[in-house]
Amino acid sequence: MRLALPPPRSIRRRLILQLLVVAALLAMLLYFSIRSVARDAVETTQDSVLGAATTAIAEQLRGSVDGVEIDILYSAFSMLGSISEDRVFYRIIVADQTVTGYEDLPVPTETAPLLTPIYYTRNFRDTQVRIAAVIRAILVGRTSVRVQVLVAQTRQGQEAIVATMANRGAALGLGFFAVAALLSLLTANTALRPLNYIAGAVGRRGPQDLRPVTQEAPSEMVPLITSLNGFIARLRGALSRTETFITEAAHHIRTPLATVRAQAEIALRQTEDADTRQTLHRMIRAIEDSSRSASQLLDHATVVYRTDQRANERFDLGDLLRGVVRSLDPTADLKDLILATSLPDDALTIEGDRLLIESALRNLIDNAIKYSPADNRIGISLIRANESAMITITDDGRGIGSLATGDLVGRFKRGGNVADVVGSGLGLTIVDEVATAHGGTLDLQNREGGGTCVRFSLPLL
Amino acid sequence: MRAFFTALALICVTFTTAAFEIEEERDFPVDSPRAELRILSTTDTVTFAPLIDAFQRLRPDVSVHYTVASSQEVFQAIYGENAAFDLVISSAMDLQMKLANDGFAASHSSPETQSLPQWAYWRDQLYAFAQEPVVMIASRLAFDGLDLPQTRQDLVRLLRDHPDRFTGRIGTYDPQLSGAGYLFATQDARQSDTFWRLAEVMGSLSPKLYGASGDMIDALTKGDLAVAYNVLGSYARARLPLDGDSVIVELKDFTLTLLRTALIPQTAGDPVLGGAFLDFLLSENGRRLIRDEAGLPPIDEQALAAEQHLRPIRLDPGLLVYVDPIKRKRFLAEWNAAIIHP
Repeated sequence: MRLALPPPRSIRRRLILQLLVVAALLAMLLYFSIRSVARDAVETTQDSVLGAATTAIAEQLRGSVDGVEIDILYSAFSMLGSISEDRVFYRIIVADQTVTGYEDLPVPTETAPLLTPIYYTRNFRDTQVRIAAVIRAILVGRTSVRVQVLVAQTRQGQEAIVATMANRGAALGLGFFAVAALLSLLTANTALRPLNYIAGAVGRRGPQDLRPVTQEAPSEMVPLITSLNGFIARLRGALSRTETFITEAAHHIRTPLATVRAQAEIALRQTEDADTRQTLHRMIRAIEDSSRSASQLLDHATVVYRTDQRANERFDLGDLLRGVVRSLDPTADLKDLILATSLPDDALTIEGDRLLIESALRNLIDNAIKYSPADNRIGISLIRANESAMITITDDGRGIGSLATGDLVGRFKRGGNVADVVGSGLGLTIVDEVATAHGGTLDLQNREGGGTCVRFSLPLL
Repeated sequence: MRAFFTALALICVTFTTAAFEIEEERDFPVDSPRAELRILSTTDTVTFAPLIDAFQRLRPDVSVHYTVASSQEVFQAIYGENAAFDLVISSAMDLQMKLANDGFAASHSSPETQSLPQWAYWRDQLYAFAQEPVVMIASRLAFDGLDLPQTRQDLVRLLRDHPDRFTGRIGTYDPQLSGAGYLFATQDARQSDTFWRLAEVMGSLSPKLYGASGDMIDALTKGDLAVAYNVLGSYARARLPLDGDSVIVELKDFTLTLLRTALIPQTAGDPVLGGAFLDFLLSENGRRLIRDEAGLPPIDEQALAAEQHLRPIRLDPGLLVYVDPIKRKRFLAEWNAAIIHP
């Protein structure tokens, strides 16, 4: 049963997303800082010019006997025009009486004399203005008169400069973000490369490869690798114990079976009674089957062990096949079966584990013998097909029904039409594992008119 | 001017509601008018008629109503009365500046306005279309045996050394009567201290004061004046006879250059049409016509750069200063003290 896992979360995507969010925040921060700094800088500059103009007018205030003399300097206003083309307003108040300028220009909240200008922003005539105000006490006759000088300027010029700077800030922020995005992509890829590399290395392993992971890993991954290796070691130990147990068990079963079989054969030769002979025949066949099953278990254990650490040697496949056929002739004789062999004249050299391939071939021919009706013929041929050596084994047995190769090679899987034949369900598993380990293929098909055609091919050297 | 008589002219003396004082009103009708362009101007109709004719050739569906008033009245019409005109043209830069600064001008921007040099506009509201030197005109006969003065210092020295020759024969603007005269005097005072010495010397020689450049030109032509100081160069060039006696002098220490400006008032009934006429004035074709037909020097940065002594009056808030009533009173008091000797 599979557990319903939540959809996997990608570290890479999360890493990139987080880096992008940080970059976006920084870019925005950059934009707003530039804007605010630009605004402050421009405002300070414009304020000081405005203040200078106001002070210049205030400096020209003169007290006389009959009032306050006011002389607005041309340069005071002219300098305001030198920075921007903003509108200029002014107001001069002598003892709370507006003597010249714009009567509705807002006055400062301060009332005490101000030597340095104060600045404030107000709405004036549908627009926002920055006002600088200076308050002076002027002596008229013998009384002190309070004179307020107000000079105001609209701030479109300032806004324009700030907007230009802000646009540059925005461009800078966007550029920063683009670079950061690119870098975050690179960073995520670099950071995850060891992980991907190890995952790839482990993923590429064959199903039997239980060696520990030795790839270099960053320190953060060492605990994971260590646990993984510990796990692999435990798994290998468990598997090895199981295989050892099976091997031991098969061995311990096979030896007494051989003794029993020898005794039964002796008994068969010594008796004349037809019933007893028949019983003994059945007994020998049963022993034969049991012995075969034990052999297969042993073979399988060998295959599992050897695909892990297999010996590579070069040999002629024809030679090997001939030997296997010869060793199985007696078994075939029991059912009066003829093993019709067709081998090529020249050698078909392959590279692989001789023992494993021998075991695979024995299993295939043994299967054919097992499922063939008595007094029949089994065809065994070896040919060169392109870059492979192909062994074809045909019999007139019951075939494989409606199953496909894949359904039959599973461990302890057996066909649906074999209930009457003794078998362990390991034979084809062994063959398939051997084929896979050598880069070869196994293919089972029903023959037209009944029987099975098995094709087992291995790459030629 | 030549088009004056051929133009479909009509001096309009009929009904008008304007409270400001109008000097001249004229309609430039078309066969099937679809819109009317109303211009308020200080520039004589005669000078502007060829430009209006040319504009109407481009826009045959526009009839033009052209009103002439003094610069003070033009200012008052907009500032005090919110009169409905689509374009206001004036040579009084200070008053035009005051209108724009105080929010009476509408914004207008076009490729034509963007082609202007920086000193020829203020914001996107006030645009100059002519640059006119303010000159001295003199009679060679009156200066017989003397070098024509080339600077204000020369002039001061000559006047001081020959009081018999120049007494009662010097003319200049009365800044109390003329907006242009006031602008020239205040700008002179701003440019150099020599102005006050000149005023003192002129004052000692019983100068004649005028309200318009034309009157000074006429007086010089008739032989009443030996020299007239601060005359609009464009008028002098157009009206002085080529008799070899009258001469135009651009003083080398500095020669003020007046910018004739136009703005579209906030109260314009058809600001788009006002803008179209303004764009026409600033276009290549318009500049050529201003030079050849109206006899005014169009905006030309190269001409200014070539003539070092030409000082364009800057369009900046400084102009607002002399519009201030206290400042005006103060300046005129000083001027009177210098020029009027009991």
